[in-house]
Amino acid sequence: MKKLFKPAIHILCLIPLFILISDWLNDELTANPIQYLTLSTGKTALRLLTLSISITPIIFLTAKRDLNPARKLLGLYAAFYAALHFSIFVGLDYFFDWELIYETILEKPYVLVGFAAFSILSVMAVTSTKGWKRRLKKKWKPLHRFIYLAGILVTLHYIWLVKSDIREPLLYGAIIALFLLLRIPGIKNVITKFKNRTDSAKAAEA
Amino acid sequence: MAKIRSSEITPEEVYLNRRKFMKGLGAIAAVGMVSPSSVLPKNFGKEEELTSFKSITHYNNFYEFSTDKEEVAELSGALTTSPWDVEVTGLVEKPAKFSVDDLKSKYAQEERVYRLRCVEGWSMVIPWTGFPVASLLKDAQPTSKAKFMKMTTLMRPSEMKGQKNRWYDWPYVEGLRLDEAMNDLALFATGLYGKDLPNQNGAPIRLVVPWKYGFKSIKSIVKIELVEQMPTSLWMKAAPAEYGFYSNVNPNVSHPRWSQKSERRIGEFRRRKTLMFNGYEEEVSSLYSGMDLKKYF
Ligand code: HEM
Repeated sequence: MKKLFKPAIHILCLIPLFILISDWLNDELTANPIQYLTLSTGKTALRLLTLSISITPIIFLTAKRDLNPARKLLGLYAAFYAALHFSIFVGLDYFFDWELIYETILEKPYVLVGFAAFSILSVMAVTSTKGWKRRLKKKWKPLHRFIYLAGILVTLHYIWLVKSDIREPLLYGAIIALFLLLRIPGIKNVITKFKNRTDSAKAAEA
Repeated sequence: MAKIRSSEITPEEVYLNRRKFMKGLGAIAAVGMVSPSSVLPKNFGKEEELTSFKSITHYNNFYEFSTDKEEVAELSGALTTSPWDVEVTGLVEKPAKFSVDDLKSKYAQEERVYRLRCVEGWSMVIPWTGFPVASLLKDAQPTSKAKFMKMTTLMRPSEMKGQKNRWYDWPYVEGLRLDEAMNDLALFATGLYGKDLPNQNGAPIRLVVPWKYGFKSIKSIVKIELVEQMPTSLWMKAAPAEYGFYSNVNPNVSHPRWSQKSERRIGEFRRRKTLMFNGYEEEVSSLYSGMDLKKYF
């Protein structure tokens, strides 16, 4: 079971890429392939980012420490899809037309916050190795808490780019906010106390 | 002899062959045998390559069915388009109710090749069939009080599942200033590629105003009303800062989301520059002389 955990995450994270490749081979990238690629890589990046953020609170609530490696893997794949998303924007959508790209970034706040989130994810991906962990010592943990900021920026990115109906981006935002809440020490303590009490009550019953 | 199965002939081939044939007729007409005006397409697309029938019919913004452009073709199959009545009402001397068949026989059907520019930054070239909005309005005789034409889409959530989405204020409403509606380019379309309008493209009758962003070209119309006050469209209600009443294609008015300076023609790889009034400046710019189009977007 434990042995299969990491390969299972790899497979899960690669499925969206395989779907895109198979759509491409079957000529099913819709009438507007570049937009389709942009949207699906963006959506996948956000989903994996949310899943990555969910691991810490899930471990806290369930005490399933075995889940730990998933956090880094999911985060790296989120950065990978975000990099694809960004490359498609620059290389396919705007075809390296820097003037138009520059104008678009300045004119459209959603691109600016997307870029900020992408920068955070890139720094985190680079510093995710053991070597960097050693080098950054105590700074590593606070640095990697920026993932919450990335999550919030991507939510904003998404809210600002939908046409009008913001319910779906808000859903992602709410999930990320909930996970963030669970990490605030005061709230964490309350939950721990509550858990201890029910645990000892169960023990008393037995 | 190898037979060509009819299923292998695409709508494009049928359409283009017929058009070649009609051009031939046009040549005959030039020496005075047939009147060409009703058969020769007016090519406002300036001989640009037509977007494929597949793309036109499988990449649709029609939120009455779904917000997913790929899903509309299938979901719109649920719509019953016959019988279908269009009510002409409001500030007119001759209010009336027409079936779509009435309208098709009353007004000569013309072919018009128009560019369509969506506010989302993509565009197509579409061969429509239909009749000028002006023809219908002239017969209805707007009164002197009438300043705007308001149009409404069918409201039938049992067939249009997207209308159950409470986020939007259904039914879809759009409007034009009366002089815009009378412009020669404004068309009520009943077909494309020489066939009846497919459901996903707004069957059985829709507006086409090619110098405005696509959402102004309201689909599946049941009511045409002449009014004094400027109507508020569904999109003006949903996001007033982004979608104005006019919504003319204008590369100089930016949108918080999509590039309005450039667009991707469906089927092409590189972006093209977006043209003022979608390239129909000559035909429509006089409608807006003296207006600040950044203010009246
Ligand atoms: C430089 C950075 C970025 C740029 C230039 C960028 C650009 C875009 C563009 C152009 C769209 C499509 C808008 C449309 O066609 O309507 C989009 C959608 C999206 N992007 Fe980004 N983006 C960036 C970073 C990110 C990051 C880091 C994430 C997530 C981790 C992300 C997630 C999304 C999502 C979820 C969507 C919407 C998908 C949907 O509607 O289905 N983006 N982005």
